[in-house]
Amino acid sequence: MRSRRISVIATTALLSMALWPDLASAHGLAGKRFFPTTLTIDDPFVSDELSLPTFLLFKTPSDGEAPSSKTANISGEFSKRIFPNLGLTLAGEWNNLDPAPNDRTESGFGNFEMTLKYQFFTSTAHETILSAAFGWEAGGTGRKKAGAESFDVFRPALLFGKGMGDLPDALRWLKPFAVTGIVEGVLPSRSGNKSFTLNDDGDLEVEIEKNPNVFHWGFAVMYSLPYLQSFVKDVGLPAVIRQLIPLVEIDINNPLDRGFAGKTTGTVNPGIIWAGKYFQLGLEAVVPINERTGKVIGVRGQIHFFIDDIFPNTLGKPLFTWH
Amino acid sequence: MARRATVALAVFLLGTGVAFSHAFLDHAEPRVGSTVKSPPSQVRAWFTQNLEPAFSTLEVVNERGERVDQGPAKADAANPALLQVLLKPLGPGTYRVKWRVLSVDTHITEGDFTFRVTREP
Repeated sequence: MRSRRISVIATTALLSMALWPDLASAHGLAGKRFFPTTLTIDDPFVSDELSLPTFLLFKTPSDGEAPSSKTANISGEFSKRIFPNLGLTLAGEWNNLDPAPNDRTESGFGNFEMTLKYQFFTSTAHETILSAAFGWEAGGTGRKKAGAESFDVFRPALLFGKGMGDLPDALRWLKPFAVTGIVEGVLPSRSGNKSFTLNDDGDLEVEIEKNPNVFHWGFAVMYSLPYLQSFVKDVGLPAVIRQLIPLVEIDINNPLDRGFAGKTTGTVNPGIIWAGKYFQLGLEAVVPINERTGKVIGVRGQIHFFIDDIFPNTLGKPLFTWH
Repeated sequence: MARRATVALAVFLLGTGVAFSHAFLDHAEPRVGSTVKSPPSQVRAWFTQNLEPAFSTLEVVNERGERVDQGPAKADAANPALLQVLLKPLGPGTYRVKWRVLSVDTHITEGDFTFRVTREP
């Protein structure tokens, strides 16, 4: 009886999403505003897109007995619209840890991730997007020695995007600004991992590594030169420069419990995005906010493809559209 | 090797263009946000994509929201990315150009910009 009720609710929800008017535009458009895909935090919009690759070079600090480690991360994400406002993202990554916690250099795939995102509000007049997402990191699908956890992680999130194009004309130079952001719960399916080792006396030792619940939040502030040039004032920028969007992304993790409360980590990521016809290029510095996060500035880069523009009539369309 | 990579990147960038696949305003005459002394007789808007003229509009309104163009706008026969509309005689003031276009790859985009006229015709 209960499962039947759940299936009726799920069917109703899917149908209402399918019947909902097509408010979502392709890759991050809300009215005049083009929101580029940000490199560090997730986007608020639903689209057909491919980020491949995103690379990150960063040095994590020593933590207890674990030594400081150079981390190289290469990841990819493919997002597909199922309905105009509902999309599914599949993501994977490869890590190289030098050294890994076992004091050796280890590399391998991280856990597979999947995210369902629903863009439930779009205002073209106010250049605003709101969406809700639920992510699932499948524990045990990656290589443990390369940092993949053995447990699942669930990520319910709310995301937003707001362009400033509705400011009064007296503030026209501020109109190219936009903000996107995310608030997210990072909820491990297991509170801690037990590991068993034999000490020098041959006795069995049990070590418990706690997995805290984490409040993750972040936002990106950007200034769109394309917006300035096309909607505010033609200042005569050369063609390549006018496609640039300078931005700063803030990415913060606040552990909430299990002995980690208050041990905040995060990064400030200033960078630039160049948005072209079918793809965009992004490059950011990764600046740790405290010594717990790291002591050395890292770098993140991305090539991102607009699948809806490359294949507008096939792969770049929602699977189901109501007209 | 580095030179080859640079050439390959340049070819890639040029091959894909430096404009959005959606039709956005590339530039206009009068220029976006500009102040002109003499009233223009028409507005010309160049877009980053070729347009479907039957589904593309360009309107000009004064500060009271009254139409001051002699529409409908027409696409240029030689350049399908150019939309233009003739204007009625304009007095001093600020005018808003509003466009909504359908690109040949079926994406609809819209936007607006202003220009200011300082002298009588």
